[in-house]
Amino acid sequence: MRDLVNMERIEKRFPGVHALKGVGFDLRAGEVHALMGENGAGKSTLMKILSGVYQPDSGRILVEGREVMFGSPRAAQDHGIGIIHQELALMKDLTVAQNIFIGREPRLSFGRIDEARQNREARELFAALNIDIDPRRPVDGLSIARQQMVEIAKALSARSKVLIMDEPTAALTDGEIGELFAMIEKLKSEGVGIVYISHKMDEIKRISDRVTVMRDGEYVGTVEAQDTPISRIIEMMVGRALSDEAVVVPDLTRAETALEVIDLNRGREIRTVSFSLRKGEILGFAGLMGAGRTEVARAIFGADPRESGDILVRGHKADIRSPADAVKAGIGYLSEDRKHFGLALGMNVADNIALASLPAFANGVGRLDDGRMHRVARDFIARLGIRTPSEHQEVRLLSGGNQQKVVIAKWLLRDCDILIFDEPTRGIDIGAKSEIYRLLADLAADGKAIIVISSELPEVLRVSHRIAVMCEGQLTGFLPGGADTTQEQIMQLATDRSGLRQATRQEETA
Amino acid sequence: MNATTDKTASTASQLSSGARLAGGAQQKLLAFASLIALVIGFSLASPNFFQVSNIMAILQATSVNGVLAVAATAVILTGGIDLSIGTLMTFCAVVAGVVLTWGGLPLPLGLLAAIGAGALVGLASGTFVARMKIPPFIATLGMMLVLKGLSLIITGAKPIYFNDTPGYTEISQGSLIGLVIPALPVPNGVLVLFLVALAMAFVLSRTVLGRYTYALGSNEEAVRLSGVNTNAWKMAVYALAGGICGIAGILISSRLNSAQPALGLGYELDAIAAVVIGGTSLAGGRGTVLGTLIGALIMSVLTNGLRILSVAPEWQTVVTGAIIILAVYADQLRRQRG
Ligand SMILES: Nc1ncnc2c1ncn2[C@@H]1O[C@H](COP(=O)(O)OP(=O)(O)OP(=O)(O)O)[C@@H](O)[C@H]1O
Ligand SMILES: [Mg+2]
Repeated sequence: MRDLVNMERIEKRFPGVHALKGVGFDLRAGEVHALMGENGAGKSTLMKILSGVYQPDSGRILVEGREVMFGSPRAAQDHGIGIIHQELALMKDLTVAQNIFIGREPRLSFGRIDEARQNREARELFAALNIDIDPRRPVDGLSIARQQMVEIAKALSARSKVLIMDEPTAALTDGEIGELFAMIEKLKSEGVGIVYISHKMDEIKRISDRVTVMRDGEYVGTVEAQDTPISRIIEMMVGRALSDEAVVVPDLTRAETALEVIDLNRGREIRTVSFSLRKGEILGFAGLMGAGRTEVARAIFGADPRESGDILVRGHKADIRSPADAVKAGIGYLSEDRKHFGLALGMNVADNIALASLPAFANGVGRLDDGRMHRVARDFIARLGIRTPSEHQEVRLLSGGNQQKVVIAKWLLRDCDILIFDEPTRGIDIGAKSEIYRLLADLAADGKAIIVISSELPEVLRVSHRIAVMCEGQLTGFLPGGADTTQEQIMQLATDRSGLRQATRQEETA
Repeated sequence: MNATTDKTASTASQLSSGARLAGGAQQKLLAFASLIALVIGFSLASPNFFQVSNIMAILQATSVNGVLAVAATAVILTGGIDLSIGTLMTFCAVVAGVVLTWGGLPLPLGLLAAIGAGALVGLASGTFVARMKIPPFIATLGMMLVLKGLSLIITGAKPIYFNDTPGYTEISQGSLIGLVIPALPVPNGVLVLFLVALAMAFVLSRTVLGRYTYALGSNEEAVRLSGVNTNAWKMAVYALAGGICGIAGILISSRLNSAQPALGLGYELDAIAAVVIGGTSLAGGRGTVLGTLIGALIMSVLTNGLRILSVAPEWQTVVTGAIIILAVYADQLRRQRG
């Protein structure tokens, strides 16, 4: 196989960060080359350089043997290099098709855009990908998973020779991931070279041919995916072996009830959902994308209105109409879409961590104690291992996984009794993941009541003391946590469309 | 690694702390350098420019626009805009006139009424924007016209003079500093501007309200999901800005010794121009009071200098417009490199 891309001795510095230290990378036609490493290792930066978003400080890039200099993403596209960015970058007010063809719109005479053709081609693309999205609808209001699919369609539509996917499956369900992998196989057979960044080990094994590992901005090594055990790859990533612990389910029969949700309803998204949560308990919420888990969480938190239903906190009815009410009642919510809902990206790490707790740092007249704020922030940076030059760094300059840790720190600081984590480890590397699992267990042991929404079944099984499964807005059942519950049992409930409300009730009282 | 501190500095205003002042000054270096360049240029071009009396005149001319620009800064930082600040200023001046001249009440009451009226109107604008979700541009455009009309109706389109209120003109024209240091006859209007700016810089960089102001402009939904009552805080920002417009109303009516109901339209654009020249982003989330002050000074130095050089007023307008575009372009360049 010939080399499509060679990157040699790439150097990149940002203010306060030496992001890439002489990194090399190559890509052959028709291969999937996985790029792995911890949060902040420099994976996205390297690929942003290859796709013309950033310019390297030094080093060479060769495309099909010829040296190139990309001054802009456009220049890279002209050389057949396309990228799906880690953070979604769609224009919310434009339609799906307009997003896909932005900058390359099919034209009619007098510079008019051929909307009909655009919509038709988008529809064909979606058909090939087996996705059901109306190209004429605005992107605003699409779930993250669907936005992700739009991004993928957009990159594919450019007919790139090199396709870079930066954590494309972070928000996808197993079904959607299957479709994507089928698509990748097809592209491979057409000779497209694919760079694949992901923190999910099983995916790497499934689709990649070679794996390159980076650590702290340095190149660690490249191995064949098939004959390298996962444990070896992890070792290369974190520099040590990781032990995998199982969940320990505590006895909670005598624990107080922290939260009770009774007959929560909203349209077709939430249909008569009832459950309760004890102090010290971690309740996992499983289900397919669009099953209504996030909707339930947002309704409890007051972020979206609810049509009917009561929320009881420690036995008392809580009148929650806004997130401010929820926080006052002791409920915290970590949004799944940190970029739009979780962080003030232009503000620094310390400000973001303090954002939900500002009054606690203020004196009588509202003057903030910045010194204390920064001390607390430094403490969290150390505790969660957030990789940032200092607490003064703007959050938008952190790597994706480290942004997520900032959101977690924010809610840990707020010290709520009830915490709802929506996809808490999305985009987080394997080392940090196990840190976060330990953190969740510690919080529960401290008497916090915790809900964890996750689309990754191994994760649900790893953290939950009890598992609630949803399908199409309904709670289809509860399963006990622990080693005896299997992924198959969860999947069965997650696809259970019969609406067995009685079964649900029985399970819950059992 | 200066750029790191530089970036940090941009998230908060810096008038009140030494360490941060350095960062903020650095960020505003460009605007500040232009100001100095203008001053030097005009001084070389005309011997009349760099005279104590002329400098004082420039400062005096900056006071009203400066105070309004400080108000506009707060609103713009939330990602909003307030087009009503000019006519609100006039409205507050009229309120002061009604209370003092028509009502014959004591001076402090008149001042309080003007500031209070401003805050209330600001609160109303804030309610339209935050609670009723009317886009700020439209809500405050409406408010701008409503206030203009009300000022004319209340006064019957005739000015209200403050001849019966002894010392009213002193509020802006007198010089407390001059009493203490005769060599430095800084008009009170300038002193007021300085105090207002200092207070706002403090609020923005050091208080909960200020932090939320930046956060709202940075990502409102994230703030809401942090459990913050975003509507209430946003209304507070508009109310604060309104109150400051009340102060501007007092200043301008003191300078004219009258509340002129037909005045006010157009002041909002000058104020917004000063904010923009000072490097504050109209998208919200970024900017400082120090920058705004420099922006306001650039505008009045320009006007004053061109007048001294006998440039026709029409051309003064053209130059001011060009400067706004240049300033924002220079800021963009700096940002791309930084
Ligand atoms: N524009 C920037 N300015 C300053 N620092 C940056 C910038 N972009 C990235 N960095 C820093 O460079 C380092 C590498 O970031 P990068 O996004 O490449 O990590 P990553 O390997 O993709 O991590 P993740 O798995 O979390 O996405 C991080 O420390 C990050 O904070
Ligand atoms: Mg990344």
